Amino acid sequence: MSRPNTAVTIAGVTLKNPVMTASGTFGSGQEYAEFYDLSRLGAVVTKGVSDVPWPGNPAPRVTEVTGGMLNAIGLQNPGIDVFCRRDLPFLAGFDTKIVVNVCGHSEEEYLRVVERLAEEPADLLEINISCPNVKEGGIAFGTDPKAVEAITKAVKAKAKQPIIMKLSPNVTDITEMARAAEAGGADAVSLINTLTGMKIDVERQRFVLANRTGGLSGPAVHPIAVRMVWQTAQAVKIPIIGLGGIQTPADALEFLLAGATAVMVGTANFTDPYAAPKIAEGIEDYLVRHGVQDVKEIIGIVK
Amino acid sequence: MSKWSGEASVVTSRALSDGIFELCLAAPEIAESAVPGQFVMVYPKEGGRILGRPISICEADAAGGVVRLVYRVTGAGTGTEEFSAWQPGETVRVLGPVGNGFPTDKGPVIAVGGGIGVPPLLGLVKAVPGSVAVLGYRNGKTFLQEDFERASRVLIATEDGSLGTKGTVIDAMKAAEELSGVICACGPKPMLAAVKAFAAERGLRCYVSLEERMACGVGVCLGCVCQTAEVDAHSGVKNARVCVDGPVFEASEVIL
Repeated sequence: MSRPNTAVTIAGVTLKNPVMTASGTFGSGQEYAEFYDLSRLGAVVTKGVSDVPWPGNPAPRVTEVTGGMLNAIGLQNPGIDVFCRRDLPFLAGFDTKIVVNVCGHSEEEYLRVVERLAEEPADLLEINISCPNVKEGGIAFGTDPKAVEAITKAVKAKAKQPIIMKLSPNVTDITEMARAAEAGGADAVSLINTLTGMKIDVERQRFVLANRTGGLSGPAVHPIAVRMVWQTAQAVKIPIIGLGGIQTPADALEFLLAGATAVMVGTANFTDPYAAPKIAEGIEDYLVRHGVQDVKEIIGIVK
Repeated sequence: MSKWSGEASVVTSRALSDGIFELCLAAPEIAESAVPGQFVMVYPKEGGRILGRPISICEADAAGGVVRLVYRVTGAGTGTEEFSAWQPGETVRVLGPVGNGFPTDKGPVIAVGGGIGVPPLLGLVKAVPGSVAVLGYRNGKTFLQEDFERASRVLIATEDGSLGTKGTVIDAMKAAEELSGVICACGPKPMLAAVKAFAAERGLRCYVSLEERMACGVGVCLGCVCQTAEVDAHSGVKNARVCVDGPVFEASEVIL
């Protein structure tokens, strides 16, 4: 049997396989390029970038919990100028698609970054309206359907590349947010961002994270994310990118079967630097084992 | 100096003192390139523990392909407790070497270690002839003391005075005569701040090895940042990554 077709298309951008990296877990790829050729990935999604450098939150910023971790980095990043000068040219050297994650405290800040990226080698933009660790911009835009629709519309009007709206699970009904993004003109949605959590050090009787709360990621969130992706697949027509706790090819396949066109591997990169390419290869092996010629045949077949 | 990630086999695994354990791993790719002050990420096997634990390299035997790690078990039900039960011959996952390491080309060092900050200084004093080790322990239940005594002059401080100078590593250094060299320190943050001040008073160059909670160990997650005096070239803000920009910093570069 010939190798199956693993390519998927999102808003006219074709990825060689459905595996992307999740924003914030992969930098801009330099560090993991020490371990493998980034061309093995469908796409690299960069750490969120804002119009000016952001210092992020005080440390401690991360802690492990059973089956996952909490982070409260606070979107530390060097700003769009350094990013365009240093990080994008590096990524452009690989045969993979580039997704730039965009963050801001206000609509104007998002738009400045989006406009700055117009002539840059970015294939897709992912708009982060769901970071639980910054007060304004992050989650403030992502938990009210009217705000989601408005920011989506504003970004879509200025963006030269197709836009993916990254949704928060910290809402009563994520399908409402997905519908609002679709109504605002989003080309795709990605879900889920982290779930807000907290850890207390019982010996010292204080919060472990300096920010008190942090976003929960890792295998513990996977079933929640699969449920939300499945619900969203029943609610919108635009492509869905599924993420949340993927550690194995089977974890990624659950998202595809639930209706995601592609997936993002995040925290698993920390557990094993080779996680993302291993998952891409594992998906291909699964297709062979099941006699499936094209990965698109399995997307959303579990209803 | 690139990092390697893969499986290593346990050569020895034993207790050295109360709560202090030694783990020697056959990992030639790491042993060959490691320099004093670097660390490795050691991954628990228990599935609920998803992150590697950063453990300093006590010393690396390039010819034998073995890295020696000395670490503290941080409590019941922790990853380090899991490590302490590993047996010779067992296969474990590691990534390393990580970080920049101590300076070994600036002449003799005054290697100042407190508690679990002691182990990474052994490889350093062995690499730099004429060095002095200043080791701080809680009490007379020391670890690695004989290894250091074979390699360099050793000054000891204990909190309870049961061995060496009663008090801190600063007290031990003040009690000693004519100490000269580059200070390289590893230990708890209050100790590092005191060592930095001591070095400034004496006009000695000072390097500190920092520790912070870490997720990736390769420089992407930005979890383990420390505050820097000036804007850091990589981050564009006054934060540096302890894992790959450190763990060793010139003391004046960081806010302790």
